[in-house]
Amino acid sequence: MILSTVLFGRTYQFKSINEVMAKANEEKSGDVMAGIAAESAEERVAAKVVLANLTLEDLRNNPAIPYEQDEVTRIIQDSLNEKIYDSIKRWTVQELREKILDYNTTGNDVRRISRGLTSEMVAAVTKLMSNLDLITAGNKINVTAHCNTTIGLEGTLSARLQPNHPSDNEDGIVASILEGLAYGSGDAVIGLNPVDDTLESVKRMFHRLEEVKNKYAIPTQNSVLAHVTTQMQAIREGAPADLIFQSIAGSEKGNTAFGISGELIGEARELALREGTAAGPNVMYFETGQGAELSSNAHHGVDQLTLEARCYGFGKTYEPFLVNTVVGFIGPEYLYDSKQVIRAGLEDHFMGKLSGLPMGVDVCYTNHMKADQDDMEILSTLLAQAGVNFLITAPHGDDVMLNYQSLGYHEIQTLRELLQLKPIKEFEEWLRKMDVIDLSGRLTKQAGDASLFLV
Amino acid sequence: MVTNTELKTLIEKIVLEMAGESKAPEEKASKSEHAGSTNQAVSEEVLPDISEILIKKELLVPDPADEEGYLDMKDKTPARLGVWRSGARYMTSSALRFKADHAAAQDAVFSYVSEDFVKDNNLFPVATVCQDKDEYVTRPDLGRQFSDEVKEKIKAHCGSPKVQIVVGDGLSSASIEANLENTLPAIKQGLKLHGIDATNDLFIKHCRVPAMDVIGELTGADVVCLLVGERPGLVTAESMSAYIAYKPTVDMPEARRTVISNIHEGGTPPVEAGAHIAELIKKMIDKKASGLDLNKV
Repeated sequence: MILSTVLFGRTYQFKSINEVMAKANEEKSGDVMAGIAAESAEERVAAKVVLANLTLEDLRNNPAIPYEQDEVTRIIQDSLNEKIYDSIKRWTVQELREKILDYNTTGNDVRRISRGLTSEMVAAVTKLMSNLDLITAGNKINVTAHCNTTIGLEGTLSARLQPNHPSDNEDGIVASILEGLAYGSGDAVIGLNPVDDTLESVKRMFHRLEEVKNKYAIPTQNSVLAHVTTQMQAIREGAPADLIFQSIAGSEKGNTAFGISGELIGEARELALREGTAAGPNVMYFETGQGAELSSNAHHGVDQLTLEARCYGFGKTYEPFLVNTVVGFIGPEYLYDSKQVIRAGLEDHFMGKLSGLPMGVDVCYTNHMKADQDDMEILSTLLAQAGVNFLITAPHGDDVMLNYQSLGYHEIQTLRELLQLKPIKEFEEWLRKMDVIDLSGRLTKQAGDASLFLV
Repeated sequence: MVTNTELKTLIEKIVLEMAGESKAPEEKASKSEHAGSTNQAVSEEVLPDISEILIKKELLVPDPADEEGYLDMKDKTPARLGVWRSGARYMTSSALRFKADHAAAQDAVFSYVSEDFVKDNNLFPVATVCQDKDEYVTRPDLGRQFSDEVKEKIKAHCGSPKVQIVVGDGLSSASIEANLENTLPAIKQGLKLHGIDATNDLFIKHCRVPAMDVIGELTGADVVCLLVGERPGLVTAESMSAYIAYKPTVDMPEARRTVISNIHEGGTPPVEAGAHIAELIKKMIDKKASGLDLNKV
């Protein structure tokens, strides 16, 4: 294992793989704040050179957080397919990159390889990829999952409909749902972030979402994004839930800060399979985002990209239906501006897919970040090209409860038209039946009028 | 003497005034543009302020299936519904309104509370160690630290008060300028009723919430109350919060803070919030607790 290189005549000596990994990252304000980022552009490249020449075996044997100390590490290491790993462990990271991009490697080949990769390997290869590499490689990997419908089939682009309300007013929530349906959003999930996270409120929200879904016979799934334990209790008390949601982290300490463990998520999945309303078998919904571990002081000196990859390594054990990074929500102290958000969005999507996850992205930003709606339109177009499973949409892109901006309902339809992508088949047929889209997939004359659903 | 230009202006004015009756005012206007004198065709009129349109009342769908039902739905949420479309894209008016609201939110974050405002409200100005807004938004750890020199100034100015009121710009300078002049007097008046005098108020530039803990340690105040700008959303950029704690200390658990958020004209009205804050402060002094602990005792 070589941790040193010469670049432009200057010698760079790194102390550990973690240092190489952190310094090989594209610049992120979170890594700078953590004091682990490269100190110069040249040092960044030197770290990439060293990383390119490490073997997958080096990375397996040096997990970001030691096996004994961290449950996430253990889950990742123990779930590896040892046969596949043995066949690729002598590859360097640069060989892995080129293997993934090679014409002769099919998407299925990549899916097979990914069974032998730890999250550190997934992160490492990402650090050697340009933005267009990430789009090209991401586009190659299709990951499907089935809850009530199948997400992720080639040629589809799905959307979460996010009808949040600042005081959980049920009629207001339904209004935002109907508006979204009138533009063709909602095939991935109708997913509500409640303000009031108490059991009674969460139960009420589950029932209301189910009522809307049944009233219009919408082929989709529902989710109320409260804490996992609250959702579990709601289900035990009869609330109709298709999916169980939880935010997850890339370290055990980070998960503890979220009030979860591997065991708890396993229990939640069992419960959803036994007492949930969905067909399954994929009944979990996870959200992630670079920087979450640093914000709860659970990063162990590891860079935010590697920790994000470890979220995916942890999450895949529970065979989720949906996973999305909430890429720009965390703020400029972790992703400084639109350049960093765009990069992170492409990285997270690729890493999710390479980890075998049905990956989506909440393309978003807060108002203290140097980004705007134009930047989100750029990132969403790139992600649709990269074959992202789903994107998050809110009315006109403005989430009036979480006070940040995502994509609007209009964006999902625009992207579908532009790139000839379709919603999930059953949902597409439903949209035709409701006269929202025509046979060519375009909006009908009356689409966009939510009051259609009132008559 | 009437110059050519003045004469032209005069003629154009007359033509414009006649436009109501005349059948070809547009043709005249375009002719004058070609003559290179557009500035003289500029109307005195001002376009209406698009930020004053009530989104809840504005339905842009041209021929809705159920107009009344739609307006009812819109009435239940501040979300931007019924915005309609051109092709699959937004109407120009809703896109411009979105941009205007985002501009207000960004300006609220990246602008400063004016020095005059600080002076007029008798606030003693200090700053954390952040060098500028950029460092402020990227380094939350620095927005809670003061230099030794500033610490001495704070001690000298505040003395040892029972209640220390602190105002911080936080993530919305606009929220401070919009609400403080209503909230601050209401707090003081409320405290006075209980015989508590709060004077020597501080203003902290580049302020994060935990900066109040340092103030707590420097002054030894029983209660520190921080009025600070919230991260703005598009619905309002003027929302302010009050963080109040009994004898706050650096690195104390967050659960020891009591928070009143959403203080603005469309949320908790600023005067009402001030009165409520004064009552909370009194309760904290009596119970010697704040945050979750206050609910227990």
